[in-house]
Amino acid sequence: MIVAKTGNEAIAYAMKQINPDVVAAYPITPSTEIVQIFSNYVSDGEVDSEFVAVESEHSAMTACIGAAACGCRVMTATASQGLALMHEMLFIAAGLRLPIVMAVASRSLSSPLNIHGDHSDSIASRDSGWMQFFCETVQEGYDTLIQAVKIAGKAYLPAIVAIDGFILSHCQERIETLNDQEVRDFIGKLQPNYNLLDWRNPILVGPATLQDYYFEFKRSEIEGMNRALPVIQEVQEEFGKRFGRSYPVLEEYRCEDAVAVLLVMGSACGTCRVAVDRLREQGKKVGMVKLRVFRPLVHTLLKKSLAKFKAVGVLDRVDAVNSYGGPLFTEVGSVLYDLAERPRLFSYVYGLGGREFAPEDAMAVYEQVLAGKKDELVTYIGVR
Amino acid sequence: MATKRLKGWRELPCGAIINDMGAVRENKTGAWRSMRPVWNQEKCRQCLLCWIYCPDSAIMLADGKVAGINYEYCKGCGICAQICPAKVIEMEKERK
Repeated sequence: MIVAKTGNEAIAYAMKQINPDVVAAYPITPSTEIVQIFSNYVSDGEVDSEFVAVESEHSAMTACIGAAACGCRVMTATASQGLALMHEMLFIAAGLRLPIVMAVASRSLSSPLNIHGDHSDSIASRDSGWMQFFCETVQEGYDTLIQAVKIAGKAYLPAIVAIDGFILSHCQERIETLNDQEVRDFIGKLQPNYNLLDWRNPILVGPATLQDYYFEFKRSEIEGMNRALPVIQEVQEEFGKRFGRSYPVLEEYRCEDAVAVLLVMGSACGTCRVAVDRLREQGKKVGMVKLRVFRPLVHTLLKKSLAKFKAVGVLDRVDAVNSYGGPLFTEVGSVLYDLAERPRLFSYVYGLGGREFAPEDAMAVYEQVLAGKKDELVTYIGVR
Repeated sequence: MATKRLKGWRELPCGAIINDMGAVRENKTGAWRSMRPVWNQEKCRQCLLCWIYCPDSAIMLADGKVAGINYEYCKGCGICAQICPAKVIEMEKERK
């Protein structure tokens, strides 16, 4: 069905179709409507989900973990300070290998207070062991959430699906929805890794492991993430075959003979497409590489793609405060380091606190990357 | 304790769960108790409330009667002393 929906509405609608067993959530801008709309579905009896209204995001994630440990399909949504408050529990969800799926309407972190979109919240959760998907459009957010439920259930890893706060969460887009049956057939029934309530097969969840076993359990968790990429690709492929919309983990846009490209995540990919089109009209050999999955880090794909170009500008919608460039930039630098011939790499930080990032801004960046000349390590786009 | 071969990471269950029950038999967990419950057998009315409430199953039974406290697992939380209606369990400072 073709409908007009904001990102939040689309995410809530996907959650309704997914019909998770348990949703425990605490509303926070700009993700509030996801929880609000979903709780309406619960009140109206349109889903079978148990909705747990909790007193904080820490409790939200805690309740999600408890429910998921009992074999339930579990979802939640949050943003910014809410995700930060969940931080402790994120690691526990991942360590217990629970397939919780969380929509994040990406937002900056205080202080100073700002409710608008950047990637500070999700990227700050980078090392928690959650898969992270960054979406370009509302349609992609809707589709990715449905995919993520299946991916998480197969890989036994929790997943964040991030839509840029306000830019996607609050802007209406024409999207194509699937019907309920299609969604349910696609995601199938969750085959839980274990079930704490199965008294016939008693288990202990969350044991203390000391110097003798903690490291081995962590190594096993790391391997789970190492092996997530084929699962993601398989589910994406199946989604594409069934519904005709596919999103590669890493997409090259007009990169055929490109000399300079920008590596981008999230809604700014759309902005960069416009910039690329305009510059191509002027005969400039530029392209864009869109990274849709931040965790697992798809290093082989990144290496293969980026090695082709003379210069790569890496766009980060977050700053890691005195790191050697933005978070994605430092990762890409490590990925490319052992290549005999590697592109020149430039770090750009843009759009913090929802600061406008227009096609003209992207075009200026392209000109600089094309020229291959930049004096400062990190360029903060548009900062006065 | 006999030397045991430790498992490698590939042999461990996904999600750090313990699925071979009985690990507690190998791991005595009462070592960090700071208070010790001392049970007075003569005055005990055998109501078994301590056995019901003990969070660590450290009240030992024999023939359906309280037979003592298992100090290999008791953490010294004092719930048994609190719940005992006859006040026959006293908490004493652990001396080691």
